[in-house]
Amino acid sequence: MAKPKKTPVNRRGFLKGAAVGAAAGAASVIAPESLVAAQPLQAQRPAAPLPTAAQIAAETEPLAAEHNVFTVENAGSDFMVDVLKSLGFEYIAANPASSFRGLQESFINYGGNKNPEWLTCCHEESATAIAKGYFNVEGKPMGVMCHGTVGLQHASMAIYNTFVARDPVFIIIGNALDANTRRPGVEWNHSVQDAAAMVRDFTKWDDTPGSLQHFAESAVRAYKLAMTVPMGPVILTVDGDLQERPAENRARLRIPKLTLSSPPAGDPGAVAEVAKLMVAAENPLILAGRVARTERGMQLMVELAETLQCPVQGGGRNIPNRHPLAGGGSVRNAEVILGLQVDDLWGSLHSFRDQQDRAYTSLIKPGTKVLSISANDLYTRSNYQDFQRYAESDISIAADVEATLPLLIEACKKLITADRRRVFEERGKRIAATNAQAVERARVEATYGWNASPISTTRMSVELWNAVRTKDWALIGGGGSRLWNIQKFYQTMSGGGAAATGSALPNAVGAALAHRKYGRLCIGVQNDGDLMYAPGALWTAAHHRIPMLLVMHNNRAYHMEVMHMQRMANRRQRANITNARIGTEIADPNIDYATLARSMGLYGEGPITDPQDLGPALRRAVERVERGQTALVDVVTQPR
Amino acid sequence: MRLLLLLAATLMASMLSAQTPAAPQASNAAAPRGNADNGKKIFTAYGCYQCHNYTAAGGGAGPRLAPRPIAFPAFTKAIREPRDEMVPYTAKILTDQELADIYAFLLTIPAPPAVNTIPLLNN
Repeated sequence: MAKPKKTPVNRRGFLKGAAVGAAAGAASVIAPESLVAAQPLQAQRPAAPLPTAAQIAAETEPLAAEHNVFTVENAGSDFMVDVLKSLGFEYIAANPASSFRGLQESFINYGGNKNPEWLTCCHEESATAIAKGYFNVEGKPMGVMCHGTVGLQHASMAIYNTFVARDPVFIIIGNALDANTRRPGVEWNHSVQDAAAMVRDFTKWDDTPGSLQHFAESAVRAYKLAMTVPMGPVILTVDGDLQERPAENRARLRIPKLTLSSPPAGDPGAVAEVAKLMVAAENPLILAGRVARTERGMQLMVELAETLQCPVQGGGRNIPNRHPLAGGGSVRNAEVILGLQVDDLWGSLHSFRDQQDRAYTSLIKPGTKVLSISANDLYTRSNYQDFQRYAESDISIAADVEATLPLLIEACKKLITADRRRVFEERGKRIAATNAQAVERARVEATYGWNASPISTTRMSVELWNAVRTKDWALIGGGGSRLWNIQKFYQTMSGGGAAATGSALPNAVGAALAHRKYGRLCIGVQNDGDLMYAPGALWTAAHHRIPMLLVMHNNRAYHMEVMHMQRMANRRQRANITNARIGTEIADPNIDYATLARSMGLYGEGPITDPQDLGPALRRAVERVERGQTALVDVVTQPR
Repeated sequence: MRLLLLLAATLMASMLSAQTPAAPQASNAAAPRGNADNGKKIFTAYGCYQCHNYTAAGGGAGPRLAPRPIAFPAFTKAIREPRDEMVPYTAKILTDQELADIYAFLLTIPAPPAVNTIPLLNN
């Protein structure tokens, strides 16, 4: 280990010099009047009190040698950066915080601020949600850093959101464990015994390394666990002293090799039973949740649907939205229903009535076989209830669906006879015809309210589609519809999460960042209520030159809550049922989102209220995005 | 969220299916005389727009109501004693006259432009 250098420029020497300077400053106060007149403001300032002799003595007395160290080589956090670089992080998202100052400095100087590059975020919730959006596109985690106390408290909602979505985020939190070395005052407020405790209910794993070797092993383990299906957020609590003290025996520290676990495939026997029922069914139905993790996953889903000529509901990233088998079918009419990674299977099989007496009924007919393949049973927790209501099933396979699909497809193909194939082909034609009719109905439905002001959400979606349809586009938020032609895996987001307001904007920023290196035109519809949680993510996008277009769905309200207030007032037979917007609207004054965006360096247009103005505005914004800018078009919309 | 979307879709499907077979012109005779201007005001003030949009064209949370609304008796039933997720409007909070006013407003909503006259819907 290299011995830390001592420097001739120590703190007390600096203070001693400062005291002399202060004395010289005091002398200048009584300078000639001509000089005072030339600098009237300075002359009016009160003189700083001079240190007393006792204070100077206390600051200048020689210290014991062990306390007279001012520099460090081989800082522990340099090694931490080596470890994190080995894991392949492209970015670290963070709001700066003193509890990880050592590690941040190592990233930007020792690590050269490249792989990972530091993303300046205005809120820890934004940083975590940016990481979630990035994973949705890139398929690997982003690093996030925050204070172990106040920063993690800010980040907690976004962490829960990633947990519910089973998305991996790699979070490092700073802390000062040793009370003997904590700086007085604020650092005590920012220190905690068990930092990760407050989010442990909704994180997959955490650790507090006690040494650098421990850090290396836990970092690699954390990455591996985060990426093992079911994925999830992980946390490392990193002590300030461990960051800032020198790495002893650096040459002996070792970074373990990362080997990701292959996702678990379903039991072949159970998969064969699923295939048997699906092949034999006259009206099978596939309910697809978040199945496809990769482009390959989408290809496999299409292959399964085409093998069985079976309708797939809940398409998303699983099947192109114009595929003849995307949509159609009916839970009520199906005799075999295959749920693939459906988070709320019970909700898909029941109707639930939110009236004063809450009631539910099963949608499926007696004798319907319900089959499920899902990774959710492989990892769940107790306190937070994101596991949804228990769904009865006839076959349940705990496995990763994408890893299981090749087995299932093969098992189905083995069972399909020529007779069954003819039946499937006829069924496929019927489903395709039904889905084609649904597209036609959607075109006709779009005409209703076409020229309305505020602008209909359908008009907004169609105008956006028209502005991008000839380009290599990717949705980084909402906005797509049946009238779009969504063919590629990367053109939509995987979704998932806790319906956490405030997530959509930073998710979009993270997704657009991941798309940037592929040169895709990133677009998304952004809700007003969501944006106002932490609009600083707009600045992060502009600061880091992330090209993207956000189109505001500005209905000037937390509209879901408006509807809940109306429901409550009507249910209670209030004398006045006109108050639903109290506490739920975002108006008076109306927010000028275009100006807000421009203030943070974005290109901004709006508010747009005339539908005739929307198309040209979107085209201008798209041109800006194609030149590398971040853009926002504010559209005042119908509520829904 | 998914449950809400499913319920909304279910509601929309049931309401639209109820609309399709109705013969609106024939049923209008059964509707009491209403004040369309007042109906338009109530449509917003009492929250109908929240699910059906200001134009009654429907949206992500509720079905299209106009043009050609369903027959008035069915319309009344759907509002007073909704089958699905529809927020109930009893006579205590929405009088029969106000209900007629809303219906009168819905009758004033014109047909949309034909789909083949909108270039963006024909790409």
